[in-house]
Amino acid sequence: MSADILFENVRLIDPATTLDQPGRLLVRDGVIAGHDLPEAEGVPEGVRVVDGQGSVLCPGLVDMRVEIGEPGHEYRETVKSASRAAFAGGVTTVAVLPTGSPAIDDPAMVRMLRWRGEEPEHVSILPYGALTKGCQGGELAEIGLLAEAGAVAFTDGSRAIATARLMKQALTYAFAFDAMVVQHPEEPTLAGSGCATEGQLALRLGLPAIPTAAEAIMIARDVRIAEMTGGRLHFGHVSTGEGVELIRQAKARGLRITCDTAPQYFDLNETAIGDFRTYAKFSPPLRREEDRLAICAALADGTIDAIASDHAPRDADDKRLPFAQASAGGTGLATLLGVTLTRYHDGTLSLLEALAYLTCRPAALLGVKGVGTLAQGAAADLCLFNPDRAWRVVAGELPGHAQNTPFDGRALEGKVLRTWKRGRRVFGGVA
Amino acid sequence: MAEGPSGGSRFFGPSDRHLLGIQGMHPSRIEPILDLAESYVLMNRSRKTPRDLLRGRTIINLFFEDSTRTRTSFELAGKRLGADVVNMSVAQSSVNKGETLLDTAATLNAMRTDLLVVRHAQSGAPALLAQKVDASVINAGDGTHEHPTQALLDALTIRRHLGRIEGLTVAICGDVAHSRVARSNIHLLTSMACRVRVVGPPTLVPRSLASLGVEVHHRMEDGLHDVDVVMMLRLQRERMSGGLVPSAREYFRFYGLDRRRLELAKPGALVMHPGPMNRGVEIDSQIADSDQSVIREQVEMGVAVRMAVLDLLSRSKRSSRS
Repeated sequence: MSADILFENVRLIDPATTLDQPGRLLVRDGVIAGHDLPEAEGVPEGVRVVDGQGSVLCPGLVDMRVEIGEPGHEYRETVKSASRAAFAGGVTTVAVLPTGSPAIDDPAMVRMLRWRGEEPEHVSILPYGALTKGCQGGELAEIGLLAEAGAVAFTDGSRAIATARLMKQALTYAFAFDAMVVQHPEEPTLAGSGCATEGQLALRLGLPAIPTAAEAIMIARDVRIAEMTGGRLHFGHVSTGEGVELIRQAKARGLRITCDTAPQYFDLNETAIGDFRTYAKFSPPLRREEDRLAICAALADGTIDAIASDHAPRDADDKRLPFAQASAGGTGLATLLGVTLTRYHDGTLSLLEALAYLTCRPAALLGVKGVGTLAQGAAADLCLFNPDRAWRVVAGELPGHAQNTPFDGRALEGKVLRTWKRGRRVFGGVA
Repeated sequence: MAEGPSGGSRFFGPSDRHLLGIQGMHPSRIEPILDLAESYVLMNRSRKTPRDLLRGRTIINLFFEDSTRTRTSFELAGKRLGADVVNMSVAQSSVNKGETLLDTAATLNAMRTDLLVVRHAQSGAPALLAQKVDASVINAGDGTHEHPTQALLDALTIRRHLGRIEGLTVAICGDVAHSRVARSNIHLLTSMACRVRVVGPPTLVPRSLASLGVEVHHRMEDGLHDVDVVMMLRLQRERMSGGLVPSAREYFRFYGLDRRRLELAKPGALVMHPGPMNRGVEIDSQIADSDQSVIREQVEMGVAVRMAVLDLLSRSKRSSRS
């Protein structure tokens, strides 16, 4: 049972309405009841008061690209441990990739994940549906039935839709359901078994490399297919300047093309893999500095639609391998806000813009209402944070189970103090 | 009856002596066929057909694709008019031994065939044969191109039930992209001033179909609203293995014809299907067997329409020989 709460002395930020002002916010029955209460009104009967001491109160973050270990890789992470990491990072809603084992290609699996997310101690889950059966890249999955069961979009995760023919079929079929197809923008025959970006560093380390153009080639192809079919196409974790430029042009032509990026692509570059650091191994791989700067520019001009953590829990055994054999991916839930705020602190984004990338914009992409906003009637999923409080990322001490962060040792400004889901405190101190 | 402007031999468009497709056929050519077929319906029912009409004429059913109902329907039609009917299926033909289509044509020509009923998996194969044989060629279905006698029998079924064809709204639902039945019906119905809607998933009902003069819908709920006739098409299994449709259960959920969806059509709307049906895939059994279903009657009309076509084509052949 969630208590009724009055937040006082908080800086309310709601990117959905560009609200940014000191104020009060009232929560009743797990729902936002209002946030323009005059100070004079006093505290309603039976309502607990939370004094924010001037910190920011914003909608709980919506992370649109998250892998959890369930089902199939519970040794890496469970819904429960992922929820701890999410809440500690201010994240209250996660869109979960369908690439578990088994893949989420059956309506019953979508409902199961939804229900897991309904449990009060768990982060809310928006399941992606598999785009193809088993995420194997063969036949289309049951997009209509999966959407009906609550799948928010369709993807094969970090497995690219390889052939133009399959992408055409997928976008054509999904059109009838207005379903969004999410592509891993990497031309697989060019990527091969590469694990680093082609260039001097990969050459020096002797690692099989992937040309930067593998992303642009896939985006160019798929933009053309989206144009032909009228389908809604989203590119996950874009990471190159050439790639975002193509998306910028496609948007200018009015196509229904969107994209997200992940913190590692605007905060790290390929040098992080120096000395074969497998915790910095990602798919797509970390890029050169000019690409990182281009991603920052695409965030500044709004070409990118959302920032997602791209959270990918890995066990030490998944990572303690020769670089090319190690599993790609890093945890990101707990560091999502802090790393995103680096772009606020360096002047790339305003605080409102930075939070929009983490709240209302991903919610709009996924077509979910009542989350990622402080609107009256929305779920009281809330994040209280201090944008200036410094902390240091320490692998091994992160909340949750998985510890494979690429940001180990990074000093961040911006710390989550408390998190509420449906008006119930799920992270942080008393009240 | 059925006298065209330039004499009794001109029924079937530019090539006159063949029935290769509905496209380009004027309603003034279609109506007489339906009228004549109507009279054969009555004769079939009273079992009094003119058994001497095609006496001494040879019809070869040349089926390069498996078919039971269409072949049987043509066979019965020919026999009820007294023709000698020979069935050649691909399994027995020398095509399997490597003969080209044109060599087959030359062979059949040498046998002095009068009427050639052809089904082939390749669009345009009957048209190619028609250029090379003296016989009249009837297209009994070619690839994804046309199936003209199916459209004619569908038209006859509609006319007998609703009293007219002009001005009706007809929904053609399912795998329109790969359907010769749908193409022939679209040509016939649009030329006879029907409002035609095609309904199905975009992989099977591409937006480009609008260029044929039809409305394109991807939701049954939109496409069936207030229609007079619902034509369901068969969903081939290979559409699923080919990745155009994820599964039979998803197809039925969104594109199957059930009671709830049929209620969106006009009261008493006709339900049609060219057969063979996949019950529980494109059509609910309850609907297939309901009073609104005219599916079995379509089969009856099929024999009558084919008798009319054989009759008219052999007339034109007779006049061109004389």
